[in-house]
Amino acid sequence: MDLIWRGLARGVKLLLSGDPEIYEIAFLTLRVSGLATLVSLVLGVPAGLFLAVRKFRFRRALVGAVNTAMGLPPTVVGLWVAIFLWRSGPLGALGLMYTPTAIVIAQVLIATPVVTGFTMASVQQLDPKLPRQILALGASPLQFWWLVIRECRFGLLAAVMAGFGAVISEVGASMAVGGNVRHHTRVLTTAIVLEVNKGNFDVALALSFILMTLAYAVTFALTVVQQRKRRYVT
Amino acid sequence: MARAANPRDQVAAGDAREIIAGSDIRVVRQGKEILVVPNIAVREGEVVAVIGPNGAGKSTLLAVLACLDFPERGRVFFRGTEVTKRNVVEIRRRMSVVFQEPLLLDGTVLENVELGLRLRGVRDGPRARAVEWIRRFGLTGKEGQAVHTLSGGEAQRVALARAFVLNPEVLFLDEPFSSLDSIARQELLRDFRRIIRDTGVTAVLVTHDFLEVRLLATRVLVLSRGRIEAEGTPESISNDPLWGRLAGLH
Repeated sequence: MDLIWRGLARGVKLLLSGDPEIYEIAFLTLRVSGLATLVSLVLGVPAGLFLAVRKFRFRRALVGAVNTAMGLPPTVVGLWVAIFLWRSGPLGALGLMYTPTAIVIAQVLIATPVVTGFTMASVQQLDPKLPRQILALGASPLQFWWLVIRECRFGLLAAVMAGFGAVISEVGASMAVGGNVRHHTRVLTTAIVLEVNKGNFDVALALSFILMTLAYAVTFALTVVQQRKRRYVT
Repeated sequence: MARAANPRDQVAAGDAREIIAGSDIRVVRQGKEILVVPNIAVREGEVVAVIGPNGAGKSTLLAVLACLDFPERGRVFFRGTEVTKRNVVEIRRRMSVVFQEPLLLDGTVLENVELGLRLRGVRDGPRARAVEWIRRFGLTGKEGQAVHTLSGGEAQRVALARAFVLNPEVLFLDEPFSSLDSIARQELLRDFRRIIRDTGVTAVLVTHDFLEVRLLATRVLVLSRGRIEAEGTPESISNDPLWGRLAGLH
């Protein structure tokens, strides 16, 4: 217990002291995971809408692949992204290995299936006849997708939360492609692992409290928006 | 003194124009032919009831005529123009569809009723038109009410108001009263009958209920196993035991 209290006290002290390195790590974490979540929304929401509404050959196989990819181990994603970005790899010429961009790429691959899966599930929870009713009302293709998104917006917010939660908490991919380079690619999760390895449990605990606070703050803000209005249920 | 031309009289005189027509329609699901209709036409002022047992293809026929599904084979014409993927949105905007369930969108009664007008970019007082149809369906005072708080009967009234406010050239109704309890159904049917007579709207009604056929229809199609087996007036259909059996009504 003493260790936990010391960790908590150290965390508060670190935050209040304005330690620039701690803030640098926290901001990089938010920047990298926020950007990865945004990109995964751009890719995952249209993919989820398409898979939920359209019927086509191999759809089931594709849905199965998305559902499987939702549980993709970040370390495995990190390994594959590292192979591609490695100096002698197919994308080695881009020089992205051990950069924040490499972490964003890996995190996009982790979050996109999560966002796609949640989007698909939220659209499939709508009455299956509703899309036909929207078409029957005379909606153009753009109006159709806008109204479908509006109807399942609460589920889409859950997709945002799940995607952000998946990437801000992962460590394997960030470590594999970012390398935990001080002042460059060190994020909160990789910093925690480093401090644990050094036996600095109090610093590791302090960093973990900061990570949890960040994750909670973002998720809480989204939850407030999500719960602001009740949806049509009958 | 000569009477003003009533669409229903024109139908009787046989000079009404075809609004929607289909030829050589064939719909296949999972390798099985579920609808085969060589020819069908709905003329201005008609209320065509489509009856038949479950799985006869009634809703499939309605979806094809309402341009919500394209058949595997055959062509559908709206006022003589063939419906294609290029013009389908414009043609849908000249029709309305009401399903068995109200299928309202999240929001208020008013937002739902004026939605179709907004999708069409109508600038000419969509709100006033919506309020007027809310009144005609007996929902005055509920304009600002969230639709999830309405009863089943009220929600279906909103769905009907949302369809009528668009002033459709043809109205498609897929068992719109079947999910309501007996009292709500009777009340709505009474109001609906009055409105359909006042407006003279052309309609295609899919139903299982012969009371609705007798009250509303000018012509009846009996569908069985995806084919039109019989056609006639409500009286001729109701008097023929064979047709009645086919329709699953007797």
